[in-house]
Amino acid sequence: MSIGSVSLDHVGRPDRALNADKLSADARREARGLFALLSPGLLLVFAVIIVPIGWLFWLSLFDESDQLSAANYARFFEQASYIKTFVTTFKVAFAVTGACVLFGYPLAYMLSQLPRRAAGVCLIFVILPFWTSVLVRTYAWLVILQRKGLVNTWLMDIGVIGQPLPLANNFAGVVIGMTHIMLPFLVLPLYASMKTIDVDCLRAGMNLGASPAATFRQIFFPLSLPGLASGVVIVFVLCLGFFVTPALMGGGKVIMWAMRMEQTTSLYSNWGAGAALGVVLLAVTLALLGLFRWLLGARATGVWSQR
Amino acid sequence: MLLSLAQSALPIGISGIEKRFGAVSILSDLSLDVAAGEFLTLLGPSGSGKTTLLMILAGFVRANAGSIKVGGEEIITMPPHKRNIGMVFQNYALFPHMNVFHNIAFPLKQRRVSTAETAERVERALDLVQLKGLGERRVDQLSGGQRQRVALARAIVFEPRIVLMDEPLSALDKSLREHMQIELRNLHRRLGMTTVYVTHDQREAITMSDRVAVMNAGRIEQIDQPEVLYARPKTKFVAGFIGESSFIPVECRNGGVWHEGNKLRMKDAMPSSGRHVMVVRPEKLRLIASEQTGDINALPATVGDVIYQGDSFVCYATLKDGRQVILRDYCRSDVLARLPAPGEPITLGIDAQDVVLVADQ
Repeated sequence: MSIGSVSLDHVGRPDRALNADKLSADARREARGLFALLSPGLLLVFAVIIVPIGWLFWLSLFDESDQLSAANYARFFEQASYIKTFVTTFKVAFAVTGACVLFGYPLAYMLSQLPRRAAGVCLIFVILPFWTSVLVRTYAWLVILQRKGLVNTWLMDIGVIGQPLPLANNFAGVVIGMTHIMLPFLVLPLYASMKTIDVDCLRAGMNLGASPAATFRQIFFPLSLPGLASGVVIVFVLCLGFFVTPALMGGGKVIMWAMRMEQTTSLYSNWGAGAALGVVLLAVTLALLGLFRWLLGARATGVWSQR
Repeated sequence: MLLSLAQSALPIGISGIEKRFGAVSILSDLSLDVAAGEFLTLLGPSGSGKTTLLMILAGFVRANAGSIKVGGEEIITMPPHKRNIGMVFQNYALFPHMNVFHNIAFPLKQRRVSTAETAERVERALDLVQLKGLGERRVDQLSGGQRQRVALARAIVFEPRIVLMDEPLSALDKSLREHMQIELRNLHRRLGMTTVYVTHDQREAITMSDRVAVMNAGRIEQIDQPEVLYARPKTKFVAGFIGESSFIPVECRNGGVWHEGNKLRMKDAMPSSGRHVMVVRPEKLRLIASEQTGDINALPATVGDVIYQGDSFVCYATLKDGRQVILRDYCRSDVLARLPAPGEPITLGIDAQDVVLVADQ
């Protein structure tokens, strides 16, 4: 009886519990130690991400005469050229993302269905362009697509066309060049997600009476959507801030956001206006990521209705 | 009537199935008849070809030769989605992007069943597998046992002619597995569908099946009712794979079967020739007095080790020729009172009707 009441005493008063103080001190020491290990990383993040972005934001608040003003942001609504650039940027991003999905989905599907070794070889060809400079690849496209480039020469030689097609130095050229560069960013996550689709799920689909086409539509495609969505997000966001290819392939006719920034800072030396462009691009990108995340989150956790 | 398959159950006639992957032969000239409404289990170690045979039945794997007839109709070249065969997969293969209701409704949707009838049939199937009210659950919110039931409901909701099951219980823990064995058995009795079940668990096969086909290296070693399979194995492989066995070499000469100079008393017909071994099950042995009496064969032995297992004990004993045999008995007080000690000489008895000989391969 007495033993029972003593042990109940301990339960009732935690301050007298066995070694409770030592254990909580030990937990605190461990937490401090882990934070100390983390601190170099945190410092680096602070120095190379938080500080520059804060600086950018700070710069954007000053006009040409170094006076604190909202003029840099007001310009977005006042100047038609800003709005045009904004629209062009989104048009290019949408077109390139669309083209990447169109080419990338069948490519990723083929890779996912190939035997392991063949898929490995084909993946090298997907990744290979990564090892070549974007600049070199863009100039190569210029050689291929320009007025007297390979494509136009061939097509005219075999008599398909009488006049050279306008493939470079315009919107089409920008989209072709950027699609080539962005394609791996879509294919790789899509391929990874397709590889995780259980073969037995597809077998079950057919076993339950769905034709191969119906199984693809109702089982494979919905299950590949998370991978497709992450590929689309990566490509779209990269397109918004892309510079080299539109600058070279656009022939000065396709002005995207990043090119506008370059002009503002190097041509007009207006750092405040350039910084404002950067801040808006960052905000738009974050908003888009948030939107995708919200859509994706709903998709990953919710149940798709079949109706 | 919905979900009553007894009238529509069809027999399966499998004949001459050959399957090779490259130079490796998986199935060779395999023939097998499954009666309408029968619960037949394909039992074998991994690599014996049982899953390959099931995949050929479902249409996911193309055989190199052979014929599969369902109710007399040849289906060997029919694509899987036209076969109308229900299947329960090892990992359930539930569609993760659909809830329970839509998983079960999937086969009905493919068959363009009306919305009202679909709802009714899914409801009935859920009721049948005791998942009433869980239709709106997501697949990842279900326990292993519940997923198993959803997979089962999905495989039978469209009233297939045949149901195939590929080790459906292997992912469940022991007690749930044993519970589901009984439940599957009862469900089969109620619905009467022709069922082909694949497992490597011999106890599961014996518990559930009308007949068991034991497979080894792409062939069927023996196909029989569970009792016959256990009591009268035809090959050493079957005797070794089903239940525990010790093998004791015997000699066949002078119209008798001899072990250590004693003629064995047995009820089975004598084998004509060849080297044979006696199959000795642990529970068929018992401790007897040293004299050989009546229809009991006496085997002198020395006790090696006695292991207490709660409900029973296991005694490892060594025969005169150095072979080890195992004796198992339940721990009744009379048995415990005269438990042999290690090193003690004993006499093991086996009834004449329990003597089973198989060829020694």
